[in-house]
Amino acid sequence: MSKDFTVHLKYWRQNGPDAKGFFEERTLNTVNEHMSFLEMLDVLNEELQLEGKEPVEFDYDCREGICGCCNLVINGQAHGPKGGTPTCQVHMYNYKDGDTIVIEPPRAAAFPVIKDLVVDRSAFDRIIEAGGYVSVKTGSAEEANTHPVEKHKSDTAFDYATCIGCGACVAACPNASASLFTGAKIAHLGLMPQGEVERSKRVVAMVDQMEAEGFGDCSNFGECEAVCPQEISISAIAEMRKDYVKAVFS
Amino acid sequence: MKLDSKVPEGPLEEKWSEYKKNMKLVAPNNRRKYEVIIVGTGLAGGAAAASLAEMGYKVKSFCIQDSARRAHSIAAQGGINAAKNYPNDGDSIYRLFYDTIKGGDYRAREANVYRLAEVSNNIIDQAVAQGVPFAREYSGLLANRSFGGAQVSRTFYARGQTGQQLLLGAYQAMMRQVQEGGIEYYTRHEMLDVVMIDGQARGIVTRDLVSGEIKSFEADAVILATGGYGNVFYLSTNAKNSNATAAWRAHKKGALFANPCYVQVHPTCIPVSGDYQSKLTLMSESLRNDGRVWVPRKKGDDRHPNDIPEEERYYYLEERYPSFGNLVPRDVASRNAKMVCDDGLGVGETGLAVYLDFRDAIKRDGRDTISAKYGNLFDMYANITGENPYERPMRIYPAVHYTMGGLWVDYNLMTNIPGLFSAGEANFSDHGANRLGASALMQGLSDGYFVLPATIGNYLADVKPGTRYGTDHEEFKKAEAEAQAEIDKLLNIKGKRTIIDFHRTLGKIVWDKIGISRNKEGLEEAIKEIQALREEFWTNVFVPGDKNNYNKYLEYAFRLADYFELAELMAKDALQREESCGCHLREEYQTEEGEALRNDKDFAYVAAWEYQGVNGELKTTMHKEDLNFEFVELKQRSYK
Ligand SMILES: Cc1cc2nc3c(=O)[nH]c(=O)nc-3n(C[C@H](O)[C@H](O)[C@H](O)COP(=O)(O)OP(=O)(O)OC[C@H]3O[C@@H](n4cnc5c(N)ncnc54)[C@H](O)[C@@H]3O)c2cc1C
Repeated sequence: MSKDFTVHLKYWRQNGPDAKGFFEERTLNTVNEHMSFLEMLDVLNEELQLEGKEPVEFDYDCREGICGCCNLVINGQAHGPKGGTPTCQVHMYNYKDGDTIVIEPPRAAAFPVIKDLVVDRSAFDRIIEAGGYVSVKTGSAEEANTHPVEKHKSDTAFDYATCIGCGACVAACPNASASLFTGAKIAHLGLMPQGEVERSKRVVAMVDQMEAEGFGDCSNFGECEAVCPQEISISAIAEMRKDYVKAVFS
Repeated sequence: MKLDSKVPEGPLEEKWSEYKKNMKLVAPNNRRKYEVIIVGTGLAGGAAAASLAEMGYKVKSFCIQDSARRAHSIAAQGGINAAKNYPNDGDSIYRLFYDTIKGGDYRAREANVYRLAEVSNNIIDQAVAQGVPFAREYSGLLANRSFGGAQVSRTFYARGQTGQQLLLGAYQAMMRQVQEGGIEYYTRHEMLDVVMIDGQARGIVTRDLVSGEIKSFEADAVILATGGYGNVFYLSTNAKNSNATAAWRAHKKGALFANPCYVQVHPTCIPVSGDYQSKLTLMSESLRNDGRVWVPRKKGDDRHPNDIPEEERYYYLEERYPSFGNLVPRDVASRNAKMVCDDGLGVGETGLAVYLDFRDAIKRDGRDTISAKYGNLFDMYANITGENPYERPMRIYPAVHYTMGGLWVDYNLMTNIPGLFSAGEANFSDHGANRLGASALMQGLSDGYFVLPATIGNYLADVKPGTRYGTDHEEFKKAEAEAQAEIDKLLNIKGKRTIIDFHRTLGKIVWDKIGISRNKEGLEEAIKEIQALREEFWTNVFVPGDKNNYNKYLEYAFRLADYFELAELMAKDALQREESCGCHLREEYQTEEGEALRNDKDFAYVAAWEYQGVNGELKTTMHKEDLNFEFVELKQRSYK
C-alpha cells in the first residue's frame, strides 16, 4: 500500500457574492496518491468538521469527469496540472510530499461566487437558451436513417458536442471569454444536417447573448483549448466566427 | 389496498394504440391553463418538460444541480436500445420486449415492457432530429453494437458518452421552451415534500440551495423524475447528488414504494482502492463485447497477468455460459465475479477484482479499432489506476449501479396518489428484477417523450382547469414547517460523528448484507444494525454551517436521514421475497449450479410497500400486485 504524504493547502473562502474573500491555509497530512483531488478535499472537510469548523464548499456531482460541476482553479490553472482532465479526475499522484496547493474558484465577472469555491454559471444556460438547439418538437421527427451523415462529419460534430459546460475555458481566458463554450455548440449543430435550417439565426442569437452576459472577446490566446477537459479544438471559435460573419453580412 | 395497474384490455401489441385511441385529451387552447411540476431534469424529467411545454402545458422544472444539463443521466456511457433492426439480425419489437422481460427475470409488467419496446424506435428518430451525433458507419447510416442479455446488435451509441449526448438533446429542447416561456426553470432547488390537497398531489415544497429559503409551488400534477437510490450503499456508480429524498418523501405521504430490494450491481467497475474512496467508476458494459473476463486458475497466483499462460487462465463466463459467454446479463456476471473472488481467485491488492482482457481483441482488430470504440474508457481507466489497459488487462469488480425498485406506478405512470406521477429510474416500472444494459436511457426517454405526454393529458382532462388553492393553503404551510423543523433538528444535534462517517457505515451494512447475495440471517442482522445506527445518527451527527446559506453538508444530512429508512425497507423486502430472481439472490434459493431459483407460484408479484411511520422500527405494510403473464411463458432463465 502506498504511504500517506503531506500537502499545504491555501483555499479561497468567501461567504457569499458580496462578502470579501480570503485565503485560508491548512496542512493536510493524510494524503494518499490514489485519492482524487476532490477526495482530498473531502478529507480536509472531515478534519474541519471534527474540529467543529465549517467545511469548504465546492461543486461536484458525477466524479467521473462528465457532469461538468467541478471547476477548480488549482495553482493558477483551471482544472489543475494535467490538461485534458477535469478536477475530479486529477489524482493526488500528481503531487508530492510537501507541495503547496492553491485552490481558487474560476474567476470571471459572469461567474459570481456563491460561496467559497462555488460559482454561478447560469450564464451558460442562457447562451444555450438563446439558440443552442434544433427546433424540433417531440413526435415530429422523421425516420432516423433518412439522411445519411458522413461519418467524419458526424464524428467531428461529436467532438464539439462533448463540451461538459464546466467553464474552464472562461476561467483560463485572459478576457474571460466564453467563445470556446459557445463555439463548440455552434460547430456541433452546424456540422449536422439537422442544424442547418437555423444556422444563421442560432449563431447571431448565441453570440449576442454571450456578450450580454458580460463575457469578454476572444483574442486568440488559445488558453481555453489548453485547459479544456474534453480537449475541444479552438477551431470551434473559427467556425463560430465564419458563421457569424456570413449571417450578419449576407 | 387493491392495486389497479390500469393495463388496457386487448392483445399485447394493440394495448398502447388502443389506449391512445381512447384516452381523454386536453384541447390545445386549454393546455396553458394547466401547470405541471416536474422534479428532475435527467432523461425522463428533461424529456417530459420539453415535450409537455411544446404541447402548451405550463411546466415548472426543478433540479439540484446548477444546470439541468448536469443530471446524472449525463454519465451514461454505453448506449441506448431500440428495435430498429438496422443490422438485419432478427430484431423486432417483440424480441426487444421478450429480452427485457426475460432479462428482468419475469418480474415486470408485460404491458409496460411491450410499450417500451414499441416506442424505442421513436426515441432514436427524435434524438437524431435534435442533432445528437450518434456513431455512424462509413455509409453515413447509424451504427449499432451489442450489449449483455441480447443476441442481436440493437444498441445505438455516441462513443462512450451516449447519456451525455441524449441528455444534451433533451436539455437543449428544454432550454428552447425556457426561452419561449413554456418552462419556469428552477436550478439548485431541492424538493423536500409533496403537498396533497383533498387526496390529490397539488404541489411541492423546496429548499433553495443557495439562499436556504423554503418555498412552495402549486400545480395540477406533479411528476417525480428524480432518479435512483443506489447511493444508499455509499459507494456506487451514481453521481454524488443522486438520492432518494423526493421519492421517499412521496412515500411518506402515501405513495407506495415497489420492490425496493431489486438493486443492480454492475459487473465492470474499477475496484475500490481505499477508505477515502467517494464513488466507484463504471467501465461500460460494452467493453464485454471485446474484453474477455478471467482469473488465474491457481489461488494466489501473483504473476504479471501477461505471464500467465492460456491454459492457466480461467475464462469463467465463457466456460460456464458458452452461448452468451462474456455477454451474460449483469446480475449473472456480477454474481460470478463475486463467486470466483470468494473462492480466493480474485486479483490485485485486495483480491476483490477480476481481469477484463483486451489482448485478443487488439490482436484480432488492431489497436486503432479498439481505441476508436473504447478510447475514452481506456483513458479513464488509465487515469484512475495509473495502468495502461492496452498493455495489461483491466482489473474490475462489481459495484452498485441501478435500482429497479422505486415508486409504484400504474400503466399511466401515476402512483397510487392521484396527480402524482413518476418516471425514469425513480419508478419501478419496466425492468423487473434486473435491467438489461442500454435500457435505462430507453426507458427514461420513453417515459418523458412519449408516455407522459399522453397520460398526463388523460389525467388532466378530468381536473377542472384553473383550480388553485394558493401556496398559503394550510397543507403547504404545514409541509413547509415540517421541512424547516427537520433542518433545525439536524443542525442542532451538534454531535461527534460526521455525516460521511455515518453514511460509510450504513453503506457497509447494506453492501455486506443486502448486496450481491442475501440470506435470512444477514437480513435480520442488517435490520437491527440499521435501526441502531439510525438512532445514533439522530443524536450524534454533526451537521456544520447554517441553514440560510449554501450548505452542501446540510443537503447531504437530509438525504442520509431518508436512506436510513429506505435501507430498512430494502432489507424487509429482501427478507419477504423467499426466492431468488434477477439481482435478488437469496442464498437459500439457488439451483444446483448456483443460479437464481425463482418461485413463480408464490412470488410472481410486485411488492408495494405502504409507509406507516418510524418508531425505533420502520412500520410498513406490503401490498401485492400480481403479475399475470398472458403472452410469455415463464421459464427458468438460462444463458448457457
Ligand atoms: C455510470 C453510469 C453509466 C450508465 N450507463 C448507461 C447506459 O449506457 N445505458 C443505459 O441505458 N443506462 C445507463 N445508466 C443508467 C441511466 O443512466 C440512468 O438510469 C438514467 O439516466 C436515469 O435517468 P433519470 O432521468 O431517471 O434520472 P437522473 O438522470 O438521475 O436525474 C435525476 C434528476 O432529478 C433531480 N433530483 C433528484 N432529487 C431531487 C430533489 N429532491 N429535488 C429536485 N431535484 C431532484 C436531479 O437534480 C436530476 O436532475 C448508467 C448509469 C450510470 C451510473
